Amino acid sequence: MKIGTQQRRQERIDRGIKVRTDGLYALMSWRELAYLIAPRLLLIGGLLLLPLVVPGMYWLRVISIVCIYALLALSFDFLAHYVGLVSLGGAFFVGVGGYLTALLNTGMGISPLVAIPVAAIFGGVICTILLLPCLPLRGVYFAIVTLMYPLFLARVIEALNILGGTDGIMGIDGVPYVWLEQYGIIAMLLLILFGLRRLVNTDLGLVMRAVKDNDQAVRASGMNITHYKALAVFIASSVGCLAGACLVHTYMWAGISTFALDFSVLPIAATVIGGGGTLVGPVLGCLILVPISELLRDFGTLRIVFYSLILLGFIVFRSDGLMIYGQRKYHQFERWTDI
Amino acid sequence: MEILIYGTINSVALALYALGFALVYGICRLPNFAHGALYVLSGFIAWTMINTFGSNLLVAVVATLLVTGIIGAVIYRLFLIRVRGMEISEIIASYAIALAILEGLRWGGFKGMTYTLPVFIEGSVTIGGISVDYQRILVVVVGAALVAFLWLFTHYTRVGLALRGMAQDERAALMLGIDSDMMAVVAMGMGSMLAAFAAILLLPLGNIVVESGYNVLILAIAVCIVGGIGSWMGAVLAAFLIGFAQILTVVYLGSHYQMMVALLAIILTLILKPSGLFGQQKELEERV
Repeated sequence: MKIGTQQRRQERIDRGIKVRTDGLYALMSWRELAYLIAPRLLLIGGLLLLPLVVPGMYWLRVISIVCIYALLALSFDFLAHYVGLVSLGGAFFVGVGGYLTALLNTGMGISPLVAIPVAAIFGGVICTILLLPCLPLRGVYFAIVTLMYPLFLARVIEALNILGGTDGIMGIDGVPYVWLEQYGIIAMLLLILFGLRRLVNTDLGLVMRAVKDNDQAVRASGMNITHYKALAVFIASSVGCLAGACLVHTYMWAGISTFALDFSVLPIAATVIGGGGTLVGPVLGCLILVPISELLRDFGTLRIVFYSLILLGFIVFRSDGLMIYGQRKYHQFERWTDI
Repeated sequence: MEILIYGTINSVALALYALGFALVYGICRLPNFAHGALYVLSGFIAWTMINTFGSNLLVAVVATLLVTGIIGAVIYRLFLIRVRGMEISEIIASYAIALAILEGLRWGGFKGMTYTLPVFIEGSVTIGGISVDYQRILVVVVGAALVAFLWLFTHYTRVGLALRGMAQDERAALMLGIDSDMMAVVAMGMGSMLAAFAAILLLPLGNIVVESGYNVLILAIAVCIVGGIGSWMGAVLAAFLIGFAQILTVVYLGSHYQMMVALLAIILTLILKPSGLFGQQKELEERV
């Protein structure tokens, strides 16, 4: 019989240090502590240092945009992989949050520092109420209905000529201090990232994941799944509205384009590339995709072609994403064994 | 009278948009978000055939149908078959294909108002005091013929029966020796051909613009959702329902509201009765 690669298989085994630092084991050495902390520190330190090392104002702005998209991608990832509601309507959250903060700022003269959090919370409430009738829907049907919401709202604003119509709302204040704007959004991103990571491991997160895996079982346990879904949608849409509010204050303009498909598609692409279900992956994906898309700005719509092809390649051929690949390499070693 | 005539034409146009989408969704359970992109793409293929290669209309039509069908089948065979059954991946992958095609066309210089396809028959006729051009009448006639043809095809030919068998119960179809992957490729090819058919019939009424790709997709989804997945009659009836609703809103409210009708129809149907007005699926499959 011919001896070839078919006779062997690759097996993956957890590294010893991973097992020692996992779960209930006490940390025994600095090395184990470093093994646990290094990846987290790398992300936090990297994000905090990034504004100091990039050249020029333009790239500072790009970092803000990266953070905004990362917030959106986080909200998509949380909803899709921990609650099982795949929302294609990131633009819906952006639009609601953006218009809300624009109205608060121009209509009542509230400072952006107050308007942004208020818009995030109330935007979350509005989105949750509007999405409440769709919560019993599953899978592809929820995806389609959420895809239609932002398109519908954009048409309503256009047709009724309310909220500034096609011109949008102009004259919105920027955040007063440049460095506050820059670091404020980075801090919020990190806070929400680690907050969500913690949330999905609490009892509440456990129920949400159970809703995703088997909603009938959760129901049979006497829990109201609509209640948990609504709560999850509120959290995710608040994060999305926060992103929208920050976006509007960054551009100092709110218009129909806040409902554009870009805000629905790019976060999904980032999540697929970064690795869905890890929460860190989407942030990583945004850090890769958004700067590439900025570099390709000269090519016009070709950049959309480019990133949709990347998205296609990843979802068809490498659907686990970069982060899961990285985690595997970090925690496990691989070797070939004879069968 | 005006409402009746233009409502009928609009409804048949909607049915034409939706046929391909309904076919692909009904048979391989693939929500083909690239449907609108294929529609626009086939318009551009026909335009290129006529204007660049100077072929006559009939050759261009046949070539466009074939080329679009092959493109659809190849897209399915190369990419979408790998994510078969994972609905969300299917949506994202086919939407990525749609974006790549549409924005690629936009980048490739096809923009503005200058691209039109020739009509089949020039001139117009007056029905009940309303002047209607022949192309619109042709749309209605061919649309009706196409629905009849599809019904006959799926009920009386081997391939058609195999497709229907797959739509009803894939495992049983596999046991009876129907190659479901092959049939899915065939279905996708036919769905793309139907998109091309709609494009060739309907694009001469206006300009070829990239944006219409997104609108066609929304209209096709609206018809399929309202009509209920897997129901031919439902899709046709839903096309008439939405078609007349659109014309009525245009007449009484203004053309701004035309697209809102379709979007509202999708949202309301999914909220109130997700299996559609004439759906044959059990409601529990979509709803908790």
